[in-house]
Amino acid sequence: MTALLIRDLRLAMRAGGGFGLGLAFYLILAVLVPLGVGPEGDTLALIAPGILWVGALLSCLLSLDRLFALDYEDGSLDLLATAPIPLEGVVTMKALAHWITTGLPLTLVAPVLGVLLNLPAAGFGWLVASLLLGTPALSVIGTFGAALTLGLRRGGLLLSLLVLPLYVPTLVFGAQAVVRGAAGLGTATPLLLLAGITAGAAALLPFASAAAIRINLR
Amino acid sequence: MMPELGPYAAEVGLAYAATGALLAGLIAYVLIRARRVRRALDELESRRGK
Amino acid sequence: MASIWRYANPRKFMETSGWLLPGVSILAALCIATGVIWGFFFTGEDYRQGSTVKIVFLHVPAALMAINAWLMMLVASLIWLIRRHHVSALAAKAAAPVGVTMTLIALITGAVWGQPMWGTWWAWDPRLTSFLILFLFYLGYIALWQAIEDPDTAADLTSVLCLVGSVFALLSRYAVNFWNQGLHQGASLSVVDEGAPMDIAYRLPLYFAMAGFALLFIALLLAGTRTEIRARRMQALLTRERMG
Repeated sequence: MTALLIRDLRLAMRAGGGFGLGLAFYLILAVLVPLGVGPEGDTLALIAPGILWVGALLSCLLSLDRLFALDYEDGSLDLLATAPIPLEGVVTMKALAHWITTGLPLTLVAPVLGVLLNLPAAGFGWLVASLLLGTPALSVIGTFGAALTLGLRRGGLLLSLLVLPLYVPTLVFGAQAVVRGAAGLGTATPLLLLAGITAGAAALLPFASAAAIRINLR
Repeated sequence: MMPELGPYAAEVGLAYAATGALLAGLIAYVLIRARRVRRALDELESRRGK
Repeated sequence: MASIWRYANPRKFMETSGWLLPGVSILAALCIATGVIWGFFFTGEDYRQGSTVKIVFLHVPAALMAINAWLMMLVASLIWLIRRHHVSALAAKAAAPVGVTMTLIALITGAVWGQPMWGTWWAWDPRLTSFLILFLFYLGYIALWQAIEDPDTAADLTSVLCLVGSVFALLSRYAVNFWNQGLHQGASLSVVDEGAPMDIAYRLPLYFAMAGFALLFIALLLAGTRTEIRARRMQALLTRERMG
């Protein structure tokens, strides 16, 4: 399992693996929004939590269609499916690798972008906390979407249509935690619910993803 | 016969018209697809029957 | 390859549904006509809502069926995944266009009613927002059906999506509740007290309209499933032909 994780990480880091693309996209989004909305600090401070969270969702989405594509094309997914380790574990490792190469870097750069978007000082801690709790769910849910659209030639667009509605609860609780934190209100409820979604998704969705992969490999 | 709808006649009319149009479209879609598939299947079966 | 007993059950379904379909359709038409004509022509104006109260006879049944269609798809998907009953998967497929239309009707009639009553076509009220999200789920489900060529793979994957989607749709419902009550609550939007008992004069035609919409859903579902069964048989025949 660990070997699989390291292999996936190495693949993602290699040129063409898409590592860094998501980050660059996130940065561009944080630059474009003030250009579109206007430079008023108050307005930006108001929308910063939402923009940063929506940006995280979209950046996560970018690398999803490559999650299984390489392994599917060269047949190594068939090997993994018949390997002694359960496919559910393989899927979880894939999601973990996706999170380490996408969710984690996004969480780390988010405060910098928060400065650009004039996020209130009280919000920074909650931004990092909520992204840290929420982005694993994005990777796990995204893995499920990638597993569903595995065999499709133009799956990328469909993937976003399928995955984005599933991101709604994570987005709501994540962004609300930041909004409340920035306003100095209690954030325990949204953070707990966010953690609950992440835990639930990580525990249950790998089974659905593995089932979808088995169906696609049939 | 037409009831007095008061100041909101346009809204009520619009709601009924939109619903009618959408339902008509849905029913038409189901019926047209049903007919097309049935014809194609009949044709196929008669061809195979020969 | 498909053996003949595989079609035994669909054949039974075709028989029964062919016999049921005209009756259900006529009954649906009668109920909708009764409810809507009664509602439109023979109910008075509400003292607060004026004549816009008449929109309720379309809005509520459509919203009801929008949710019930999804629930029916969920049950059908479960049956397909557990029992491998082909009719079940095809019924779920046939329900989706009906469900998406009902959702759209609920959204549009709601917006048209909201314009004079709330002063806005759209408000990010929890109910409205959940319906919009439900609409997106329907779109994803239909798009997945259309994207996959192999019918059994498509049935399997859409069923899995329907299960997972149901859980997340429910979560979204609560998330959206939390989100709106949290900060953006506009008191002006809670004009309508959903819990307030409705006058019997409005309730009776509404029941007719609700029954009518439900029957319409069943009729369209039967017709659609018949079509899907035929399409499936055609595909199977064509495959066999190609294989010689």
